[in-house]
Parts: sequence; structure tokens; C-alpha cells
Amino acid sequence: MSGYGRTQDASSRHDARNVTLLWLLASAIMTPIVVFVFGPHLPPGHGSNEAAGQVMDNTVLLATATPIALGVLVFIAYSLWAFREREPHLQADGAALRGNSSVQFWWIVATTTVALSLSGYGITRLLETGAGGGQGPEPIALPPHASSALQVQVIAQQWQFTYRWPSFGGVETREIELPAHTLIEFNVTSLDVIHSFWAYQLGVKADANPGINNIAYVTTRGPLAFEVRCAELCGVWHGYMYNGGQVVPRAAFASWIARERLRYAPATRNLTPYSKTYFPEPQRRAG
Amino acid sequence: MSAAAATSPGPMSARAPLWRRLIGFNLLTGIALGVGGWFLGHWIGSEIHGESLAYFAETAGENDIAIMLGYLLGVIGFLIGLGFAVYPVQRLLGRQPTLAERESHEHGLLRYFSLSTDHKVVAKQYMVGVGFFFFIGGLNAMAIRTELLQPNTHVFGANQYLTLVGMHGSMMMGIFTSGVLGPFANWLVPIMIGSRRMAFPRIESLTFWLLMAAGVVLITTIFFGGFQTGWTGYQPLGDQGTAGYDAYIGFFALVGISMTLLGFNLIVTIVTMRAPGMIWSRLPIFVWSVLATAGLMVLAAPTLIATLLMAAMDRTVQTAFFIPGQGGSPYLFQNLFWVFGHPEVYVLALPGFGIVLELLPVFTRKPLWGYRLAVAGMLGVGILSFFVWQHHLFVSGLNADLRPFFSLSTELISIPTGFIYLCALGTLWRGRIRFTVPMLFCLAWAFNFLWGGVSGIFLSDVPSDVTTHGSFFVMAHFHYTIMGGLIFAFFAAIYYWVPKMYGYKLSERLGKWHFWIMFLAFNSTFAPLFALGFLGMPRRVVTYATNLQGLNDWVSASAYVLGLSLLLFLANAVWSLVFKREPAARNPWQSKSIEWQLPTPVPLHDFEQLPVFDGDPYPYGEERAPLPAVAPAGEGA
Amino acid sequence: MSGYAKRAVGTAIVTAAVVAAVVLYVALYLTNVPGSVAATSTRAGAQLYLATVPEAERSDPHPTWVSFYAVNATAGDWRHVTTYEVPANSLVRMTIYQFDSPSGLRNPFISQVAGTVGGVMTLDGKVTRAIPPEAASHAFAIPQLGISVPLEGVEEEAKNACEHAPCSLANAHRTISFVIHTPGKGLYRWQCFVPCAAGFIQGFGGPMQTVGYMGGFLKVV
Repeated sequence: MSGYGRTQDASSRHDARNVTLLWLLASAIMTPIVVFVFGPHLPPGHGSNEAAGQVMDNTVLLATATPIALGVLVFIAYSLWAFREREPHLQADGAALRGNSSVQFWWIVATTTVALSLSGYGITRLLETGAGGGQGPEPIALPPHASSALQVQVIAQQWQFTYRWPSFGGVETREIELPAHTLIEFNVTSLDVIHSFWAYQLGVKADANPGINNIAYVTTRGPLAFEVRCAELCGVWHGYMYNGGQVVPRAAFASWIARERLRYAPATRNLTPYSKTYFPEPQRRAG
Repeated sequence: MSAAAATSPGPMSARAPLWRRLIGFNLLTGIALGVGGWFLGHWIGSEIHGESLAYFAETAGENDIAIMLGYLLGVIGFLIGLGFAVYPVQRLLGRQPTLAERESHEHGLLRYFSLSTDHKVVAKQYMVGVGFFFFIGGLNAMAIRTELLQPNTHVFGANQYLTLVGMHGSMMMGIFTSGVLGPFANWLVPIMIGSRRMAFPRIESLTFWLLMAAGVVLITTIFFGGFQTGWTGYQPLGDQGTAGYDAYIGFFALVGISMTLLGFNLIVTIVTMRAPGMIWSRLPIFVWSVLATAGLMVLAAPTLIATLLMAAMDRTVQTAFFIPGQGGSPYLFQNLFWVFGHPEVYVLALPGFGIVLELLPVFTRKPLWGYRLAVAGMLGVGILSFFVWQHHLFVSGLNADLRPFFSLSTELISIPTGFIYLCALGTLWRGRIRFTVPMLFCLAWAFNFLWGGVSGIFLSDVPSDVTTHGSFFVMAHFHYTIMGGLIFAFFAAIYYWVPKMYGYKLSERLGKWHFWIMFLAFNSTFAPLFALGFLGMPRRVVTYATNLQGLNDWVSASAYVLGLSLLLFLANAVWSLVFKREPAARNPWQSKSIEWQLPTPVPLHDFEQLPVFDGDPYPYGEERAPLPAVAPAGEGA
Repeated sequence: MSGYAKRAVGTAIVTAAVVAAVVLYVALYLTNVPGSVAATSTRAGAQLYLATVPEAERSDPHPTWVSFYAVNATAGDWRHVTTYEVPANSLVRMTIYQFDSPSGLRNPFISQVAGTVGGVMTLDGKVTRAIPPEAASHAFAIPQLGISVPLEGVEEEAKNACEHAPCSLANAHRTISFVIHTPGKGLYRWQCFVPCAAGFIQGFGGPMQTVGYMGGFLKVV
């Protein structure tokens, strides 16, 4: 016998109503806060179309996760308060409830609906332009006019990124500047081990695999500075494998790349022909 | 066998001098033969290689074949020294095999340093052994956080830092996969199903000693230059490494074998050795979780062993499985590793689910709510865990057109996980909740795993994952699920079952201090990691953007407090179990589960008479006597 | 000894052993890093002399590994360190005595000098902007500062080639010197870019991945 002054059923309905009201209240307060206060500041910012798309995805996920997390927390907090043992000397048991098919059924329906919706949403967004992620050598999520994108090859090696520009004489540079409001096609590859090209503010991440061309699309927006970091452990200097980059107006980009071609002309004479993948020696044990 | 005859069982051996009792098959002999095996293997490896390998070995200054053979023969010697060859050799020679029970003829403390066929002894060996390597892994974590206090000053060498990272991850992911199954499944599963032993007691002991050998092999990596790949061991980076990577291969190969054998043993035991009346719908939920976990271990670990064999061959006999310029595939290792790696993390999560659902009825005084749904949740998580692994490879470029499938499957796995939560919530509802230390840890599990699970939803969404993959966000996610989930459940299990396993009480007061400090410090340590990942900090880095130093310092300070809370637990354990030794009551938690109906200490054969079960272990609030239907003799005697 | 006392002693011994092991682990392994050497300051400014060798000295823990050493102007005073202290916001002249034979560059891009004053180096007295990629033996690069200098190798069949450290200027060698402009205070890392780690897969294991051999730090003070 619970001895809490009400019949069991009325007690239960009373508690259930309390939990539901508390949950609705908490969700009504927290969800707008999370969406409108945190939302605009979610990573990775609005530096490119893909980055802005990720911010939108994160906002949707956060808006969905907030009521779910609050539901669990409110329920637990309420239960710990309402159903705490108040009469330990009685050594009594609680209610012998073993289940409730209706609750279980609707829980399954609700969780499945949420899971399928979130998944469908994410997949749809992914298939638009690839969301800035590496899609392998034959991407299926192509942005419009993908064939006229500016191709930039990202060569990852132990332990720096270099960039090669096939439409500018195949020149290779250490620095990267990109023209604003342009569709860029990153062709990411590696010369040795697995690295990962992560341009944070552009919302781009593509693993650099040796012998594989990993393509990621991004449409830049206005001028900004971005940071490139290696996101896959590649050896002792992995943490130091980073460089900065800039998105600049188109004219500034044109003059920059012309200057780079002059500057790196000696190296360009020594480079192997431009290719989507490279297999430099030594591949096996060095002699 | 002469050695078996020298240490004959019976009261005489208890009075024989210590040095005489040390001769025979035990840990000391194991270490001696292990060291001998190392030198033998190393010598053979140095002799057998051909000319080109000799040249490479000389210029590199290391011989990988010698090292791998050294590890192999060392471990074999170790196991022979412990006595694992006795039974096979006896059978091969056509002799009458000794009964399993007769093999555990040691008494007292020496039982724990030899091959024991008493499942309770093996469980305690596991508890201390796994605890020891957990401690080492934790120390490495403290070192990592010390290094990350400043981006532009280095406390440790850059190579050593990566080995720290790899050792921490490997200790935890390798050793601690047996962290719950080792101590608790081995101790509880036979008793909970009404059996006196596991199906294969010698194999049970083997899994323990293999794990200890594995831990030692991993520690030897520091003598060979460490390994630079982290616990995931990616190729081709691993191929480049010094011989420290061979230690990593040896470690995980041994862990894989141990896991496979442990899984088989548990499955066979649960399927074939249940006592009368223990039908599937009465099986304790903890045993269901162990069954699901064992299934995962048996199917996933062999993939790891095969993958590591390929890596070993790349490094020793000049194959090129993972070297692209020679026809190998740079994707192959990642892909195969995660086929193991993803079920592996559910090997860590499922026992946590099982412990919490097993304990909640005791401390809410209600039956487990939604038993069938909970079982469906365990099995659903287990089965689905094999279909999600490529979510670790979303931006790798591998199978990009399959990403929608893996995104969906990863999202779907939240559904059976949700079942577990519903059953936990339902068990709390209208209970009579007692806030004992085990209950506090169970509640913390519910809180921590919630954040781990929610962050998983972000990671399963590919656009969101583009930014968070390989960043500290992922670190926060898996620390919340594995440490916040499993480790907290593990401590719940310790505070709950230690009184029965050891017969002594753990201090409740120290326990509550341990809990609160650990819970607050844990959240303080890992919550900011979500922010660090969102702000662009990659994993496994020794330096980071200077504007992130404030957050990193907060995390490091909290990590030190977290470490202190674990030292507090250690102090509690040593004080209560070694010194104070206050006898525990037979059933301090008034649990209606069968293990609490046995006397403390539990006798060698567990049950005088095998029980007959007439219901599930949760008859709270119902008019049914606690199990077993047949009272064991010795009760109250 | 009573049971209690025995347990106390046992616990004390175990604790002491654990603490000792941890201390040894930290002192002998974790913090075991090579030392540093400061650039000598002369009337002409700060000077740093380095040498690259095919094998380290016989007494080294890895006697067969390629390595950088810090030396003085006459290639004497060989110190096996890879952390170099240089003054901030100054011109530092670096001279590298290169004793090893070529391995070739993995990325021929590294064949061009970058980031030095004038974008050039002096190779055996001649001002050079780039070397043939297959002639590179080692490289000295500080990626964070955009500095990258390829170090040309000595011919395979050269007379009087140096086998292992310490070498002398009488051995066949190349002298490469260049000037860098150091930034403000900070810690930067440098590395070689040639796959010169003989015996390791892709030539990038072992010494290439171990601080103290083919990689280290530049401490700008």
C-alpha cells in the first residue's frame, strides 16, 4: 500500500498530468531559446553556402533534441521527487507495474517517427550539394553547374597541405586563396597516409586518402579568412598541420594566382604532370 | 603430469612452505616461461629472414619479424607456465584428464595468481586486473590533459604524446570491453541462471590471462618507440611506424582472441546451462544484455584479428594490403576496422544498459517495467550495431552513395536505445526510490547517456558530421556514452555487488563523496568538449588555436578532479576491503534476485542444490517468495 | 606480524611500487626529449650551424638512423639536439653541412626554396632557387613560417663520404646557407620533407617521425 492519501489510479493520472505539463512548459521555454539564441551561432558559421546549410541542419537537430532531452530529464526529476521513499521503516514495495502496451506502442511510434524524419531531412540536405563533405571520386550530390566549378587540388602530405591549380598551369602553392561567390570543386588526395582537409569556416571536410581523389564542393560567399586543419591523425606533427586561407574578391584572386605562378615557376618546372592521384616513390620500405 | 602431482590437492598444500607452493603452474612460472618465449621467438625471427629484410632491419634498427615472433612465443610460454597446456596435453597423451574442479587446488591468495576454474575467482581476478589497466589508462589521460594545458609549450615529447593518446584509447577500448563482462558476467551469469559454473571453466580463465598478457604487451610499446596511430591503428600510417606498432598489433590480437572466447563461453553457458524453470522470459535482464554483448563479441572480434594479421604481414613479410602504390587499398583498413569497431562500442554500452535495468527494480521496489521491450531493445541494438559502421567514414569518400543508408541505420539505432530508456523511466514511475550509492550511479547513467545519445543524433546527420567528424565533439560524444554510461554503471555494479562478492561493505559515506565529485567533475570535463569540437579543434592534436586555451584549461582542471574522485574510490576500496573488512549482511539491499539469497561468502559450488525457478527475479509488490524455490542448504547455518 | 600489519605493509609496498613506476614512466620516457641549442650571436647577427648525416653516432640509441645535428662553424662540437633557440624579429643566418646521399623528393614542389630572405639559398657558394628533385637528400622546413629549403645530396660514389656522425669538413659534403627572418616570440616546429628514413615503409617512419632526428622545434625567444 502506498499510503499517499489518494487511490493508486488517481495518483497516477495526477502525476502523469504534472509531468506532461512540466515538460510542455520547459519545452516551450527552452526550445525557442535554443533555436533563436544559440541557433545563429551554431558552427560552422555562414562563410559558405554549405556552411550555412550545416548551421540550418544543426538548428533543426537542436530544436528536435531539446524537447526530447527535456522530456527524459523532467520525467526523471519529477519521479525522483514524487516517488522518493518517504517511509523507509515500512520496508514496503512499490506498485507492481510490469508494462503498459499503449504507452509502449505510442513510444515506439513517436521515436520511430522522429528518427525517420530526422534521417530523411539530413539525407535530403546531404544530397543537395554534398554539404561540404568529401564524396569520393564520383560524387552523386552535384551542385548546379558543377562542371564549370573552379578545381582546386588539395595535396595532403606529411605534414602540410599544398594546393595545385589545374586551370592555372598546374602550379602548386603553399597558400590558398579562393574567389568569392564561386563554386569550388576540391579534389583532395594524399601522397602518403590518410589525412583530412578541414576548412572550418567553409564547412568543408574531406579525407585525403593516398591514391584516391576525394571531391568536395563548396560555394563561397563574401570575403573571409578561413582556417585549414588536418582532421585525421597522420603522425607526429598532425596537430601542427594547419594553415590559413582567404576568400577574396574575384579580381584579387586573379592577380593573386598570377603572382603565385611567377613566384613558383621554378618548382612548377620540376612537378610531375597534374593528375587526380599520385603514387610517389618510395611506396615500400625506403632503401 | 609431474607438476600436477607435486602440488597435490588437499589440506597438506595449505601447510606446505610458501616457496614449495610457488613451484608449479602459476603466474610466476608463466612470467618466467613468457620471458623465455620472448627471447626464443626473437632469436628465431632474427635468423629466418631473407636478405632484403635483413638490410631493412639493419637500417631501420629493428626487426619486426623478430618482435612479433617474440610476442607470440612469449604469450604461448606465459600460458603454458600458467598451466593451460595441461589438459590438452593430457588428452593428447591419452591420460585420464583431471576434473576441472580438481585443477583449482590452490587456496588462499595464490588462487588469484594461477589458472582457476572457479568462476567467482576468475571474476575477482578480472576485477583487479581490469582495474589495474584502467588505472594506467586513466593516468595516461591525466598526462594528455596536462599536455593540453598550453598550446605552445610542450610538457612531453611530441612522439610520446601520441603514444599516450594511443595507450589511453587502447587500454580503455581493449581492456575495458571486458570490464563488465569480466568481473560481473563471470560472477553472476552462472548463479543467475542456476548453474554452478560456466560451460568452459578453463577457457574462462584463459580469457582473463590473455587479457593480462595483452596489457603487458601494450605497455612494452614504450620500449620500441611507441605507436603514432591512436587506438584505431589506421593504415598506412601504422605501416610506417617503428616496432611500437607491433606491440599495438599484439595487444589487440590478444584482446580479440580473449573477447571471442569470452563471448562463446557466455553464449554456450546461457543457452545450455539454465536450471529448470529458467525459461527465456524469466532470464534476468542483465543476463540478456550479456547474451547480446557476447553475440557482438563473437562476430566482431574475429574481423579485428584478421585485419591485424594483414597489418602484421604488411610490416613483416612485405605484403601490401594497405599500401596503395603497390595495389593495396587505403580504405581497406578503415573499413574493416570499423566493422569491428562499431559493434565494439556496443559491447561497451550494452552491459551498462543491463546493469542499470537490473538495479533499478531493487531500488525502486518495483518489477522491471516493460521486460519484453527491454529485451527487444538489447537485441535490437545488438543486431543494428552491425549495420552502422560506415558512419565513421562519412567524409572519407568511401561508398559515398551508401551514406544515406548508413545515416538512416545510425539514426534508427536510437529507437532500440529508446526502449531501454522507456523501461528505465517506467521502472521509476510510482516506485519507492531509495538513493543508495548504486542507485545514484544508475541515475547518473541515465543523465550522462542521454547527452551521449543526443550528440549521436548530430553525428548521424551527415551534413552536421562534416564539421564534427574527427573533432573534439566526437570525443565528447563517446566519453559521455562510454564513460558517462558504462563506467558509471560499472561503479553502480561495484557498490551493489561487492558486498556479496567479497563479503565486506564499501563505505557508503565515501561512496557518496566519490559519486558526487565524479559526477560533477565528469560533466565539467566533457561538456566543454562539445564546444571545443564545434569551435574547430581536431582530435589527437598536441597544439591548438590559442583562443581555445581557456576552455582546454577548464577541461584539464576538471579532469584532475575527476582523477581525484577515482583515487577516492580506490582509497574506499582498499580501506573497506583490505583493512576495515566490516562483514556485509547477506542481503543488504533487500534484493529479490537469486544471488542475494545465497549465503555470504558464496560457497565454492554456489548452490548445494540446483534451484528451480518459478518466476522472474522482479517479484516486487507481488505475493511471491523470492527465488529460489528450493532454499540452498547452509542458509543460516 | 598480525594480519592487519601484514596488509598494511603489503599495501604500502604496492603503493610505493606503483608510484615509483609512474615516476620512472614520466621521467625516463614521457619527458625524455632532446635538448636545445641557441644560435650563436656574432657581429654579423645570429648564426646557426646544423649538419645532416646518413647515420647517427655509434653511441646513439638509434645508431642507424639519419639525423640532424647542431654543430659549430667548422663542423665541430656535434650535439644531437633538434630544438634551436633564435632571437625574435631578427635575421638569422643558417648554415647546414649536408653529408648524406640523395633520396629524392616525394613532392617535387619542395625542390624550390621558399620563405628565406630573397627566396634563395647559397649552395656550395652558388645562389640557387631550386634543385633537381631527385638530388634532394634532406630538407629543412618550418611550415608555420612558410620556410622550406631543400638540401642537395652528395653523389653516391663520392670519395671520402661520411658514414656516420660525427663528420668533418674533410668528408664529402654540401654547404647550404640561407637567411630567415624570425617572427615574434613563440614555438614553431620544423621537419624534413624527404622520405629519407631508410628501412621504413614510404621512407617516413622512424627518424622522420621522431623528434630529435628529422624533426624538432624552433624556439623564438
